[in-house]
Amino acid sequence: MSGLLDMAQSLIRPQGASDTVVPPTGFTARLTVFVSAAMAFLAVFALALTVSANRLADRWASELAESATVRISAPPAEVEIQVAAVLRVLDQTAGVASARILTTEEQRALLAPWFGPDVPLDTLPVPTLVEVIQDGDGFDAEGLRLRLSTEAPGAVLDDHTRWRAPLVQAASRLNFLGWLAVILIGATTGAMITLAANAALAANAQVITVLRLVGAHDRFIAQAFVRRFTLRTILGAGIGTLIGLVAVIALPNGPDDGFLTGLGFSGAGWLLPLTLPILGGIVAFFATRAAADRTLKGLR
Amino acid sequence: MITLQNASYAYGADALLEGMSLELSQGSFHFLTGPSGAGKSTFLKLLYAELRATSGAVHLFGQDARTMDRDEVAGVRQRIGVVHQDCQFLDHLTIAENVALPLMVQGKRAGADLLDLLAWVGLNDRVNAKPPELSGGERQRAALARAVILSPDVILADEPTGNIDWEMSQKVLQLLVELNRMGKTVMVATHDIALIRAAKPQVASRVLRIQNRHLHLAGADL
Repeated sequence: MSGLLDMAQSLIRPQGASDTVVPPTGFTARLTVFVSAAMAFLAVFALALTVSANRLADRWASELAESATVRISAPPAEVEIQVAAVLRVLDQTAGVASARILTTEEQRALLAPWFGPDVPLDTLPVPTLVEVIQDGDGFDAEGLRLRLSTEAPGAVLDDHTRWRAPLVQAASRLNFLGWLAVILIGATTGAMITLAANAALAANAQVITVLRLVGAHDRFIAQAFVRRFTLRTILGAGIGTLIGLVAVIALPNGPDDGFLTGLGFSGAGWLLPLTLPILGGIVAFFATRAAADRTLKGLR
Repeated sequence: MITLQNASYAYGADALLEGMSLELSQGSFHFLTGPSGAGKSTFLKLLYAELRATSGAVHLFGQDARTMDRDEVAGVRQRIGVVHQDCQFLDHLTIAENVALPLMVQGKRAGADLLDLLAWVGLNDRVNAKPPELSGGERQRAALARAVILSPDVILADEPTGNIDWEMSQKVLQLLVELNRMGKTVMVATHDIALIRAAKPQVASRVLRIQNRHLHLAGADL
């Protein structure tokens, strides 16, 4: 553990000797920076997806849970009686904050996507809709249904549970997939860094031999590689994160804050992608250290 | 300081060295000779724990070389300076940096002593040159400077004059003799009998020969 702490501290302090003993390797350096930049860029979008899906699930769950609809379909002669009965029942039901009949304009707006803007509502057998706003913990839906069935047989209560649950579940799954993508990106970064570190260690086998010949401890040799790859990864991930954030900011914003138009971060959520370079550095640190330990153990 | 007791080394099923016994005492000077491929380099590698004896015992400064871990080997290497025929430099570093490498890997900085050391081996005007820019003789002298920068107890030189002319060989030999006079234990592996003969008037040395996988004390033929 103390060895790890020493090594972590050595990442921060410039290490003159270990920085210079390993020759600069342009190709693996560029590869490491490029891979970590590309992975950080993708991780920013995965995080944006995750955060947006989470936000959407919360919003759908809360907005839909706060309201319900009573639909009244009755013969024309009974409509007014049943509507009055429904409003009376709702007024007497605990957990109902308010109830109101949707206006003709509101009903027309609801039907517009299917029938166009000039629906002749007075000629269609359109049911009367009552919007119910819940209060506190909400109302007892089953009890309300039973009472409505006796006092207004044409009234049907829709508390949105039926279609709210799949929406919230879909958003939750998107959230899960987003995190899974972030983890996979991290694992892929680790694998790529390991490959690059292995290549660098193999290419520098002669350097390792010379360093050992002059009495270098393996932790010194490992540190030379770990520091180099960790700093390159932090640099690359920093660049990738920056580009990713600019791309997210540049995404179009819609007025309705929909899923696609609302993809991005909000508030303190903007700090989340800023952790990517640090996380990349941690992944690179352990990946390179494991590769170095394995290689040095294999070299007699 | 360094002792071998009936030590053998085999690579797979092939025995390369058998029944080696030797004690390197402080301040001694040994030549190790034998035909090419006899196992001189392999023998030296046993002495600086690059290889481990497959049987018998090798003790380096009181430690059993067969059970040393890598940290212990690194510690031993700081007490044994090794000069290779091919020098084994890091070509991207300057000669001064290469010579200072044993200090650098310990986190120490080279001081004015480094310049004195480079002057001692006659390379004070090549401080900033890269190894490929040096002649064979200069490289050998630089390798010798690197081997002694930590003031080790033992200096092992593997064919240090293999790639250089006679005049330069004499200079390298002279440096090794000087180190021995400072109390360092020196072992030089060479197939160059003329070098051994040239050293006789300068230093009291023992000559060992590896022949047929065994170590012998060389006779008066040298």
